[in-house]
Formats: sequence, C-alpha cells, structure tokens
Amino acid sequence: MSLTILAIDDSRTIREMLNAALSAAGFSVHLAVDGEDGLDKLSQTAPDVVITDINMPRLDGFGFIEGARARDESRAVPILVLTTESAADLKARARDAGATGWIVKPFDEMRLISAIHRVAGMRAAG
Amino acid sequence: MSGAPDIRTTFFQECDELLEALNDGLASVQEQVAGGPSDPEALHAIFRAVHSIKGGAGAFGLNALVRFAHAFETVLDLLRSGKIPATEDLVALLFRAGDMLTDHVTAAREGRENAGDPAVAALMAELAAVSGAPEAPAAAEDEGGEEDFGFVPMTLPFELEGPGAQRFHIAFAASRRLYANGHDPLILFEALSAIGTLEVAVSAARLPDLTTLDPEEGYLDWALTLETEQDRGAIEEVFEFVEGLAEIEIRCEDEDPPAGAEGIDAGPQIAPAPRDPATVAEGSADATPPPPAPARVAPDAPPVAPTAASAAPPASQSAPGAAQGASSAPPASATIRVDLERVDGLINAVGELVIHQAMIAQKLAEAGVAWNSDIGAGFDAFRNLTSEIQERVMAIRAQPIKPLFQRMARIVREAAAVSGKTAQLRTEGEATEVDKTVIERLAEPLTHILRNAVDHGLETSEKRVAAGKPASGVISLSATYRSGRVVIEVADDGAGINREKVRAIAIEKGLIDPAAELSEAEVDRLLFMPGFSTATEVSDLSGRGVGMDVVKRTIQAIGGRISINSTPGRGTVISISLPLTLAVLDGILIEVCGETMVVPITAVVETLRPGPKDIHAIGPDQRVVTVRDTVVPVVDLGQVFGLPGTCSQDILLLVETESRNRYALAVDAIKDQSQVVIKGLEGNYRHVAGISAATILGDGRIALIIDPEEAVAQAAPVSPVAAAVAASAPPSSQPAALTPAR
Repeated sequence: MSLTILAIDDSRTIREMLNAALSAAGFSVHLAVDGEDGLDKLSQTAPDVVITDINMPRLDGFGFIEGARARDESRAVPILVLTTESAADLKARARDAGATGWIVKPFDEMRLISAIHRVAGMRAAG
Repeated sequence: MSGAPDIRTTFFQECDELLEALNDGLASVQEQVAGGPSDPEALHAIFRAVHSIKGGAGAFGLNALVRFAHAFETVLDLLRSGKIPATEDLVALLFRAGDMLTDHVTAAREGRENAGDPAVAALMAELAAVSGAPEAPAAAEDEGGEEDFGFVPMTLPFELEGPGAQRFHIAFAASRRLYANGHDPLILFEALSAIGTLEVAVSAARLPDLTTLDPEEGYLDWALTLETEQDRGAIEEVFEFVEGLAEIEIRCEDEDPPAGAEGIDAGPQIAPAPRDPATVAEGSADATPPPPAPARVAPDAPPVAPTAASAAPPASQSAPGAAQGASSAPPASATIRVDLERVDGLINAVGELVIHQAMIAQKLAEAGVAWNSDIGAGFDAFRNLTSEIQERVMAIRAQPIKPLFQRMARIVREAAAVSGKTAQLRTEGEATEVDKTVIERLAEPLTHILRNAVDHGLETSEKRVAAGKPASGVISLSATYRSGRVVIEVADDGAGINREKVRAIAIEKGLIDPAAELSEAEVDRLLFMPGFSTATEVSDLSGRGVGMDVVKRTIQAIGGRISINSTPGRGTVISISLPLTLAVLDGILIEVCGETMVVPITAVVETLRPGPKDIHAIGPDQRVVTVRDTVVPVVDLGQVFGLPGTCSQDILLLVETESRNRYALAVDAIKDQSQVVIKGLEGNYRHVAGISAATILGDGRIALIIDPEEAVAQAAPVSPVAAAVAASAPPSSQPAALTPAR
C-alpha cells in the first residue's frame, strides 16, 4: 500500500528533490508551493503524511500547520516540518503549532524516509 | 541527497529567479530607506530568496555558497526583526552581498567554489560585524564547516554494532498534545519493536467514566519492556519527535532505578511484568505490526479517538488526485520549461510555413484566382493565421529585459565604487520583451556603455554640487517599443560630452584633420570611431580594451543601430534601436543585374535616383556621386558579386558603414520592402564575403541578403577621402574631413 504524501515548499528545487526521493521510495506524492496552496491540496489529496517548509510566502509553515490542525480531516495527520533551521525555538514553535516531527535540511533520502516511518509507521515502507 | 542533473538545472534556474527577487527587494528597501513608502514584504522576500538559495545549495553540498548565504541571511533576519536599523550603508552592504551571492551561484554553476576568494572572506567579515556574530573561524573554510550552521550531522538510524542485549523498561504516558500533533503511540511501539523484542502493557487506570471522557485526551499509560542490542540513544531517537508531548521514562535494567521512576499514575501496576495477562503484543524485529493496543487491552473502553482518526485513508480515495496533482506547477505563474532547441525548431518550421504561404499566394495570383472567391477567402484566413502563429512563436523566445537590467544595476554600483562617484541606476520598461538571443548579445555592449556613463559621463560629487546638481548622479536605463523595434536608452545626468576634448583626442590620434569643421553631432559620433578610445587613455574601469566602436559593431551585428545625443551640463543619451527578433529582417528587395537581393533596411540611409550631372567618374571604372554637396563613392554591386548581365544602375542606395562613412550602392531597381525570414548560409554552404544570409522569396527563389559593410569592403574602390580629394579643388587649400560632412 503506497502512502500519499503532500510536500509543501516554495523552492522548486526542494520540491523536485522531495518528489524524486519520495516517488522513488514508492510514495504517492503531491506538491504544493506555499501554505495556502498546501491547505487547498490538503482537502483534495487527503495525504497520509504532510511535509512542509517553514519559510514560505503567503502562508508560512506555522500558519499551514495551524490551519491543518483546525480542520477535522487533517487534525491528526502527521505533519513533518522541513527546515534549514535546527534552532530550538523554531522547533518549539512548530510543535506548538501542531507539528509532528521535523527534518533538517539538507536531508538525505534515508533520513527523510526514516522520519516518515517514524510518524506514519512501518507500513509506510515503500 | 545527491541531486540528479535535472534537479541541479532546476536549482540554478530557481537561483536566477531568486536572485532577481532579491535584487527587486533590495531596490525596494533602498527606496524605503530613502523615504519611500514602507513595504515590509520586501524584506521578507529578500530573506526568503537568500534562505531558499541556501536550502537548495545545502542539498547539493555547495558549502561555500551555504556559508555565505548563511552569513547574509543572519543579517537579513536581524534586519527584518528590527534588531538592526536599515541604513543607507547597510543597504549598500546588502547589495554587495547580493552581488557576491550571484558570484557564488555562478561559480557553483560552473563547478567551482568561491571559497578561497579573499573578497568573500572580507565581505563575510563585514556581514558578521553587522550581525554581531563572531567571525567565522578560518576552519570554516574547510569542508567540515557545517556545524556552524546548526545542521544536524547525518547519521545512520541504526548502529551496526551494539553493546550486547540489554533490557530497557520504558514508561510512556501520552498527553493530549501527543495526539493533537498527529502522533500515534502504536507507531512508536512499532519503531521500538524494530530495534528489539518489545513487550507492551497498557493501563487504563486513568480512563474516566464514559460520560466524562474527552475523546481527545490521552488517558492511557504504557509500560514497555524492550530487549535490544541497541543503546539508549536508539530508543531516545524513536521518541525524539514526542519529547515534551508525553511523559517518557527510559530505564536500563542494569542501572539503578532513578528516584521517582514510577512517576506515572499507573506505574506500580504496569511496571515490568513481561508475561502479564495485560501484555497485548509481542513485537519483534519482523515488521508485523501489533494489533491496535487500546482495543485489545481494555475491551470495555471505547477506542481512543485520535488513534483511530490517524488511520490512513483508503488508497483508492487518494488515487484520482495523484494523477493530476503529482507534478502540479505553482498556481501563481503556470509555466513549463522547454528546451531552446525545440523552440528554435518551431521557429524554423514557422519560417518555412511563411515562405510556403508566400509561394502559394504567388501561385494563386498567377492562376488568376479571384481574392473574393472561396479559395481566395480561405487563403486570406490562412494567411492571417500564419502571421498570428508567427507572432506567437516569436513571443516564445521573447523574454523580459528585466534580468539584463538588473545585472546592469550591479555594473553601475561597481563602476561607482571604483571611480569614487555616487551613482544610482533607474530602470524603466523592464517588462519590455526582447528576443532571448538579442538579450544575450546585448549584455556586453550595455555593460560597456554603463561603465562609460559612470566613468566619463558623471561628474564627481563635488563638481556636481558646485554645478547645483544633486551629489548623486542618476543613470536611467529604459526600454520601450517604438515602431516595431525595441529602443534601449542609457541617459546620464552628467556634464555631457566634452566636445573640445573629444576633438583634441581625435586630432591627436590622427582620426580627423586639425582644420576639419565638424558639427556637434559629428564630434559626438567620433566616439564610435575605431581607434578613438584605447586602453591608455581611459581608466581601468571603462577601458577594458574595448572601445565604443566595438560596442557599435556588436549592436549592428544584431541588426541594431546606436546613436548618441549630448547636452553640455545636462548629460548624454545613448540610444540603441534593436529588431524584435533575429529570425526575420526588414529588407529592401533590390534587383542587381537580374538578381534579386535583399539589403537590410537598417543600413539604408536614403535612396536616390541621381541625375547624370551628379555622377562623376574618377579613374577607369570608379565613380562618385554628389549628394547635397557631399561626395560619396559608388559601389557597383554587380561587380562586387561578379554578376553577369546588364546593369542599368539607375538607383543608388545610400548606406552608412560603422565608421560613419557613406557609400552609394548602385542597383537596377527597388522591387519591394518586406520582412524576410533569415536563413543562414554558413550552415548549408559557407560564408560568402559581402553576404550575411539568404532568404526564400514568395516565388520560391532564393535571394541573398547583403551585408553592406562587407560588400563595401569587398569593393573598396575609392576611399571617401580619395573621392573627396578627386572631386574637390586642389587639396592643399581644402582638406577633407574623414567623417561625412553631413
């Protein structure tokens, strides 16, 4: 069973990387370009796991997580924060907003997939 | 992750866009500092741009780029959070940092790293000084500098060798926030069972009465026993994401239980009890997931809501969305990237289409098909569609001139810094679209013109103030559409051309006769003469061995024209007029000795039909023509190209060469003026002197496009000086000017 993943990042490079890595690992991948787009795609794609960047135009990662958590259908979906910052206060803010876990950029495929497993379970094995 | 080549391409394309956004943002911040309207979004956009470049660079292991972007970003972060004030000096620093970032990206694109450059270290030190951060240690120049940026070193999740099997007792009490953040205890237990043999016991002791149960609260406590060869770190890693969201107590059996280890309500009952009836699952290294814990353990309790809610939706539900959403493009600007070769192929095909359409038109006319007949009307619609397709295809290659203008902003900044002047670049018409090839070939001449404008055009601040001008010079760079062409103007508000000095230099270099009478415009045009500027008399800045004559030649090579207009004390304007595309050309169809040829309309100054009195023969087969008291050599095109047949040569096309010399091309007739599709000769045949390319006419015949410059050089029968001398009175009394006398 392939899990559906929604990846949100304003950087096209990172989006393509996520798409390549996750698709290769057997996930079904959807992409969004910022928090607003992410919230739109959230309803359309019903992802099993969401991966989101923090710094984005229009609606940032914190705003996205809060928006997602306020919705019934996504209140318990695991959301991984993808960020270049490993700073403790950003992690704390993300967690306060409702983030499930985090991946620090630059990420490698193993780490990315292991983080997905850690929030979605081993059934996520692609 | 190692990024595949196509992602690398994406990264650099994205860098270009981000650098553009960065420069836009900086320009906006600069305006704000100068008292313009406040725009907080500008600073955020700058930050995001640098941040995204850093993020992508990190993924490709471009460490020098990451380090620099990080230092840059730190300053931007302080600025946007208001911890440091935006000053003119700081904005100047940010601009320089933006330029340096551009250099880093360029270096990375070319497979180099900019690390060793002392200028980089110097600028990083400046940035560090502003942000108050300790200067990056020299060691950071090594590849191992990542920890400076707080990146978590990548580690394999599992260690290959453990300390031998150990038993850990883990007490785990979920909080409400654990579920609210999308965690599922079951998944954590799975992860634990993957690193050893896990036994799980659950206590529902805290579970309240059903009537008071809050389905979102965490009431269950677990006691886990894990036998594993991994160390404590592996267990802690499993709980990394839930730290702070649950009470977790990890105790190794070999260690003494810490005081208060049973800090969980249900602790005593559920503590180490391996084969207790409450044991719900025996996890082991095989990946069989244990059955849902709460349901089995406490059959009388309702399923815990959040756990159930996090179950994955059926795959079929998400499948339809996958097809359309997987590669969705940004909603803001829907674009696709296409290989340039494909576009060129399309343009060529459309060129053929236009030619064949012209052929059909001719055949229809020959066949006497009436234009109001069905065929005629149908063809008319076809022709309209063809020209629409042609326009649209050309538009694909057209790009806004903005990126080029942005590069020029940097040129002006650097030129001002080197020459010790203050200068500002104002741009206008950045959205003007020009053929990509034209933009590419415009960069070099435009760079030179702008350097010149700063170096020679603008005065020093002191002189400007003394002349009652603002201390900072302004250079305006604009692009507009004008009668089917793009006109790019570079205007400075400097002192204007010092014509006496220009004249003196020209005399000194032997370009003009000391006694020559030159109009102001003629003096200005001396700047474009080969040999006028040399490396010895211009400063380091503008003189890079390239003179304005090269600028002019480059512009002409892309079908452009350049002119200069200067007002003393007010400044100088240089105008470049360019064709919208290099694929078609406006030409005059001429007939020479029975051959149809094309002369680019840009080269032609005027056409004339001289009377017999205007033509003078000098020598056996060389002639000159008098045009408004100026003597111009006549070039016999039939002779230049060795065409047989009779040539009446009734009409003269007055053309001007790059050295402003004029020649009259003798032709038999002017047949038409039309746009022709340019077909390169070199690719199919070879270069022919005097011919720049070929085209296919409506009747299917091939016509050669004349390069007037080369054609004249081929003939070179008489120099204008000799012509003037021959046609004038004794030379001693009336020396001729080298430049045309108009």
